[in-house]
Amino acid sequence: METTMETNAAMPAESPLYNKRNYLNNGYSLRSWFLTVDHKRIALIYLASITFFFILGGFFAMLVRLELLTPKGDFMTSDGYNRAFTMHGIMMIFFFLIPSIPAVLGNFLVPLQIGAKDLAFPKINLLSWYMYIGGGALALFAMINGGIDTTWRFYTPYSTGHASGYVVTTILGLFLMGFSSIFTGLNFIVTIHKMRAPGLTWFRLPLFIWAMYATSLIQILGTPVVAITLSLAAVEKGLKIGIFDPAYGGDPILFQHLFWFYSHPAVYIMILPAMGIISEVISCFSRKVVFGYSFVAISSMMIAVIGFFVWGHHMFLTGQSQFAGLIFAALSFLVAIPSAVKTFNWTATLYKGSISFEAPMLYVFGFLGVFLIGGLTGLFFPALGLDRHLHDTYFVVAHFHYIMVGGAIMGYMAGLHFWWPKMFGKKYPEGLAQAGAVATFIGFNLTFFPQFILGYMGMPRHYHEYVPEFQFLHILSTAGASVLAIGYLIPAICFGWSLLFGEPTGPNPWNAKGLEWEKSLSPPPTENFSEIPVVTEEAYNYPDAEATVVTRS
Amino acid sequence: MSHGHKSEFLAHHFEDLEQQKESAALGMWLFLCTEVLFFGGLFCCYAYYKYRFFDAFISGSHHLDIKLGLLNTAVLITSSLTMALAVHAAQKGARGRTSLMLLLTIALAGVFLVVKYFEWSTKFHHGIIPGHNFQFPAEDLYGGATVKTVEIFYSLYYCMSGLHGIHVILGIVVIGWLWWINQKGRITPEYNVPVEMVGLYWHFVDIIWIFLFPLLYLLGLHVHG
Amino acid sequence: MAGKVDALYFYIVAVSVFFTVGIVLVAIMLAVKYRRRPENMVATQIHGNLPLEIIWSVIPLGLVTVMFFWGAKLFNEQEMAPKNSMDILVTGKKWMWKFQHANGKREINVLHIPVNKPVRLTMGSEDVIHDLFVPAFRVKHDVMPGRLSNVWFEATKTGSFHLFCNQYCGTEHSRMVGKVIVMEQNAYQAWLGGDTGESPVKSGEKLFTSLGCATCHLSNNAGRGPVLVGIAGKSIELLGGAKVVADDKYLYESITEPAAKIVTGYQPIMPTFKGLATEEQVLQLVAYVKSLKADSTAGPAPAEAGKSAPVTADSPTTTAATATPAPGGAQ
Ligand code: HEA
Ligand code: HEA
Ligand code: HEC
Ligand code: CUA
Ligand SMILES: [Cu+2]
Repeated sequence: METTMETNAAMPAESPLYNKRNYLNNGYSLRSWFLTVDHKRIALIYLASITFFFILGGFFAMLVRLELLTPKGDFMTSDGYNRAFTMHGIMMIFFFLIPSIPAVLGNFLVPLQIGAKDLAFPKINLLSWYMYIGGGALALFAMINGGIDTTWRFYTPYSTGHASGYVVTTILGLFLMGFSSIFTGLNFIVTIHKMRAPGLTWFRLPLFIWAMYATSLIQILGTPVVAITLSLAAVEKGLKIGIFDPAYGGDPILFQHLFWFYSHPAVYIMILPAMGIISEVISCFSRKVVFGYSFVAISSMMIAVIGFFVWGHHMFLTGQSQFAGLIFAALSFLVAIPSAVKTFNWTATLYKGSISFEAPMLYVFGFLGVFLIGGLTGLFFPALGLDRHLHDTYFVVAHFHYIMVGGAIMGYMAGLHFWWPKMFGKKYPEGLAQAGAVATFIGFNLTFFPQFILGYMGMPRHYHEYVPEFQFLHILSTAGASVLAIGYLIPAICFGWSLLFGEPTGPNPWNAKGLEWEKSLSPPPTENFSEIPVVTEEAYNYPDAEATVVTRS
Repeated sequence: MSHGHKSEFLAHHFEDLEQQKESAALGMWLFLCTEVLFFGGLFCCYAYYKYRFFDAFISGSHHLDIKLGLLNTAVLITSSLTMALAVHAAQKGARGRTSLMLLLTIALAGVFLVVKYFEWSTKFHHGIIPGHNFQFPAEDLYGGATVKTVEIFYSLYYCMSGLHGIHVILGIVVIGWLWWINQKGRITPEYNVPVEMVGLYWHFVDIIWIFLFPLLYLLGLHVHG
Repeated sequence: MAGKVDALYFYIVAVSVFFTVGIVLVAIMLAVKYRRRPENMVATQIHGNLPLEIIWSVIPLGLVTVMFFWGAKLFNEQEMAPKNSMDILVTGKKWMWKFQHANGKREINVLHIPVNKPVRLTMGSEDVIHDLFVPAFRVKHDVMPGRLSNVWFEATKTGSFHLFCNQYCGTEHSRMVGKVIVMEQNAYQAWLGGDTGESPVKSGEKLFTSLGCATCHLSNNAGRGPVLVGIAGKSIELLGGAKVVADDKYLYESITEPAAKIVTGYQPIMPTFKGLATEEQVLQLVAYVKSLKADSTAGPAPAEAGKSAPVTADSPTTTAATATPAPGGAQ
C-alpha cells in the first residue's frame, strides 16, 4: 500500500486513481437507488439500514446498562426493562447481525470476488431488501407502540398466552425479514455455483466465498423452520388455538425444539461470515497465503452441517430426555473442533509473514483474542453438569456477547475498513481508525468480562432488580459499555470523514490478491469488470521470499 | 462463450442462455428445499402430536370428509398433468395450447379451492373452530380422545391445509402471470424457463397435498380397521 | 455437589486459559517477530502442514471428550436423587414460589431445609415456565407447566442462600426470588413443628376419593383401571409393547394426559384431570400414588362402586390377590 496510496491530493473526482465511471455516479435519482438491481447499490442501502438498526439496538443496550447500575429498579419499570432488552435482542440479532455481513459485504463482494457481473437474481436481491425493510418497519411499529416483552426467544406459553403488546406484528416483521434472509442465501448459492469466472475452481475460491456459501446453506435450510414456528406462535396468540401452550393442550418444549433448530444454526449465520473476513484480512496483511487453506474452507462447511444438530443444548434443563441431552452435548463439543482448526490456522498464517498493522488487521487481532474466549466459554455449557449452574445466567450473556459483539462485529468492522476503499474509492484516516479498534477492544472487554464473574456468582438473566452484592461488577460493565459506545463512534467519524474528504486510493490500495482488487476498479463500474476475468492461479498467491514453496496441503 | 449473438431473453449479467437457465433451475430447486423445511416444521408438530394423542387424531381425522378429500386429490393431480402439458406445449412452441393448459390448470386450482371452501364452512358450521368454543360430537371420540386433544388435531388441520391453500392461491397468481406473458409472446421454444420453473413449483404444491391427504383424511380409516 | 461442579468448572477454565493465553502469546510473538520491516518485505509462503492439522484437531478433541464424560457423569448424579432424600413439593406461579413440606407445612418464597440431608423437589408450574435456581448449591431446573420436574440437592452448611427464578416469566420475574434457609437437623424439626396441617400424601388420599379415582382404581384387579399399589418405580408395559418406568413424570402425565400412554390390557377410558385438579393437587396425587407401597396398610379405598367394566378378553389378567400386586397390576 505504501506505493499505491501516494497521490497528489487532488480532488478525488479528478485524480487518475479514482474511477470516474462507477456504480456510485450511475444515476443520482432516488429511483436509481431504490429501484436499482445493482448488487453494489443494494449493498449500500443495506449498509444504511443495518446501521440504523444497530444504533437502535445500541440505544436499548444503553437503557439496559443504565438500569443495571443500581440493584433497585429506579430508572425504568419492570415492564419497561423487559421491553428494553427484548427490543435490544430482536433489533440486534434479526435486523442487524444476521443481515450485516451477508447483506452488506456479501452482496457487494460475492460477484466481485468470483468475477461475475451481478448476483444470479438481481431483482430478487432488491426484493430481499424490501422484505427486510418491510419487516423492520413492522417491528418498529410494534416498538413505537410499546414494544414487546417476550425476550428474543419467544418462549411459549409466555409469549402466546401471557405477553401483551404487538407480539403478532413483531412476528410478522420477523417472518418477512426471515424470507429476505432466505432469498439472499439462495441468490448467493446459485451465484457461487453457476457464475464463477473461467478457471475459478472451488478450491481457488477466496475463503470469504466459502464462508458465505456455508452461511447461505444455513439461511435457506434453517430460516423457513423458524418462520413457520413463529407463525404458529402468532396464530396461537391471535386465534387462541393450541399448538404450544399447555393450557390448550400443546407442548412448550416442542416450540423450543423448533425455535432452536433455527436459532442455533443462526449463530453460525452470524459468525461464519466474520470468519471469512478474518481469513481475507489476515492473509492480506501478512502477505501470505492462508495456512491450511482447504482445512479452513472445509471447516466452514463442517460448522454449517454439524451446527444443525446441536440445537438441544439450549434445553438441557427443560426436562428433555437425558439421552437427547447427551447427544446434543456430544455434538456441541464436536462443532467446536472446526472452529478451533480455523483459529490455529489463522495463527499459523502469521508465521514467516510480513505483517503490518493497519486498522483491519488490528480488528483481526482483537477478534482472535475475543473469539477465543467467547468460543471456549461455549464449552462450559455442553459439559452438562455445569450447565446446571450456568444456564441462563450472565455467564451465557457474556458468552454470546463475546462471540457476537467481540467476534462477529469486530470481523464486520475489519471487513468494512478493509473493503471501504474498494466500495468508495477513498481512504479513511488510518490513525483514527486504529484508535477506534483499540477503544472498542478495551471497552468491549470491560463491558463483558465482569459478566462472566457475575454469571458464575449466580446472577440470572432478564433481571430488572438484583441482589446488592452484584452491583460492583454491574457498574464496571456499564462503564465499559460507555467506552464501547465511544469506540463505535470513532469508525463512524472515520467513514464520514472519508466520504467527505478522503483521498482516492486507486484500485488496489492494500496490494491485495483477489479479483475484486486486481481486476476491477475502485469504486467498481456498474458492470464490475470491463471483461470477464480468467483465473489461472490459486487464491492468495502472494510473492514468495524463498524461491521454493514448502509443502502443499 | 460466444459474444456474438445475444438473445433478447438473456439478462445482462449472464454469459449465455444455458447459464441463465441452469441458474434459474438451481434457484427454483433451492427454493423448494426451503419450502420443504417450511412445511417440515408443521409436519414435525403433526408427527409429535399424533404420537402423543393418537386416538384424538384418528377421531378428528375420521370426521373429515374423505370423499371431498379424494375429489380434491384427483383435481390436483389432474392439474399437475395440465401443468406438465403446458410445459410441454411451451417447449414445442405451441402458444395457443400453452395458454389453454395454463387456463385449465388455473381452473382446476379454483375447483380445489372451492371444494376446500365448502369443507371448511361445513366444519365452521358445526362449531369445529379451534380456539372459539370448539365443538366436537362426543360420540365421535374414539378411545382416549378428548375434545381438547381433538382440538389440537383441528388446529393443525387448519394450519396445514390453510398454508397449502395459500400456496395454491400463489400458484394461481403466478400461473396467471405466465398466461399473460405467454399471450404477449414472451414464451418461445428457445426460452421457456418461466413455464418450467412455475411447473416445478406447481408439482411441489401438488406433492404437499399428496402428503396431507393421507395424514389428515385417511388416518381416520383406522377406526373401522 | 457444589464442589464437584466447581472442579469441572476449573478444569474447563484451565483449558480455556491455556488456549487463550497460548494462542494470544504466540500471535503477539509472531506479530512482533514478523512485523513488516525493510528486511522483511516479502513473506515466505507456507501452504499448510497435514501433521499439524491433525495434531491440532485431535488434542482439542481429546480435551473436550474429557469435558463431555465428566459433565455427563456429573449430570447423571444430579438427576438421581438418593433414596433417603426428603420430598418437598414446589409450585411456581407468576410470581411466587410455594413450598409444601412432607408434613404439610407450607411456606412461600422461603424454603427451610435441614443441613446434610438430600432434598428432592417435585415441581410444577401453574402458568408459564419458571426455573428454580439456588446458585450456592449449583442447582437449577426449569419448572414447566403441564409437566412435572424433579431436582435434588444437599446443603452442606447452614445459613441463608439466594433462591432465584431463572427463566423469564414476565413483569415480576426479577422479584420472583426468595431464600433457602438451611438449619441444623433438630432446629429444622423444631421449625417444622408437629403435624401442622395436612401432608401432601394425606391431601392426595382425600383427592383420590373426592375426584373419583377410587371408583376405577381399586386395590384388587376388579377395577376398570390398573391397581396403583406399588407401581411407583416399576416398569409398565404400554399398549403397543413399549415399556416405561413409572417415575414421577409418568404418574403426572397419567393423571393430566391419560390418553398419551395407555397401559396394556386397559381401555383408554380414564378422563383427564387437567383443569379439574390444580397443579398442586396433581402433585399431591402423585405423592399419594407413590406412597402406596405393597406392604402399606393404606391402600385405595375398596370399591363401593362395583360396576367394573370387564377387561378385554385378550388382556393378561392376573388373579393376584390384593396383597401381592404385581408390577403395575396390569402386567
Ligand atoms: C455468533 C454467535 C454464537 C456462536 C458462534 C456460538 C458458539 C458456540 N456456542 Fe453459543 N450461544 C449464543 C451465540 C453463539 N454461540 C447465544 C446468542 C446464546 C444464548 C441464546 C439465548 O438463550 O438467548 C448461546 C448459548 C449457548 C448455549 C446454551 C447455554 C444455556 O443457555 O445454558 C450453549 C450450550 O452448549 C452454547 C454453546 C456454544 C458452543 C459449543 C459454541 C462453539 O461453536 C464455539 C466454538 C469455538 C471455539 C471452541 C473457540 C476456538 C478454540 C480454540 C482454538 C481452542 C482449542 C479448542 C478446544 C479445546 C475445543 N451456546
Ligand atoms: C448482535 C447482537 C448484540 C449486540 C451487538 C449487543 C450489544 C450489546 N449488548 Fe446485548 N444482547 C443480545 C445481542 C446483542 N447485544 C441478545 C440476543 C440479548 C438477549 C436478549 C434476550 O434475552 O431477549 C442481549 C442481552 C443483553 C443484556 C442482558 C439483559 C438481561 O438479560 O437482562 C445486556 C446487559 O448488559 C446487554 C448489553 C449489551 C451492550 C452493552 C452492548 C453494546 O455492545 C452495545 C454498544 C452499541 C451502541 C451503544 C450503539 C452504537 C453506538 C453509537 C453509534 C454511539 C452513539 C450512541 C450512544 C452513546 C447511545 N445485552
Ligand atoms: C373412569 C375410570 C378412571 C378414573 C376415574 C381414574 N382412572 Fe386412572 N386409569 C384408568 C384406566 C383404565 C387406566 C389404564 C389405562 C391408561 O393408562 O390410561 C388408568 C391409569 C392410571 C395410572 C397409570 C397406572 C399404571 O399402571 O401405569 C395412574 C397413575 C392413574 N390412572 C391415576 C389416577 C388418578 C390419580 C385418578 C384420579 C384423580 C384416576 N386415575 C382416575 C381409569 C380411571
Ligand atoms: Cu418465574 Cu421468572
Ligand atoms: Cu446454540
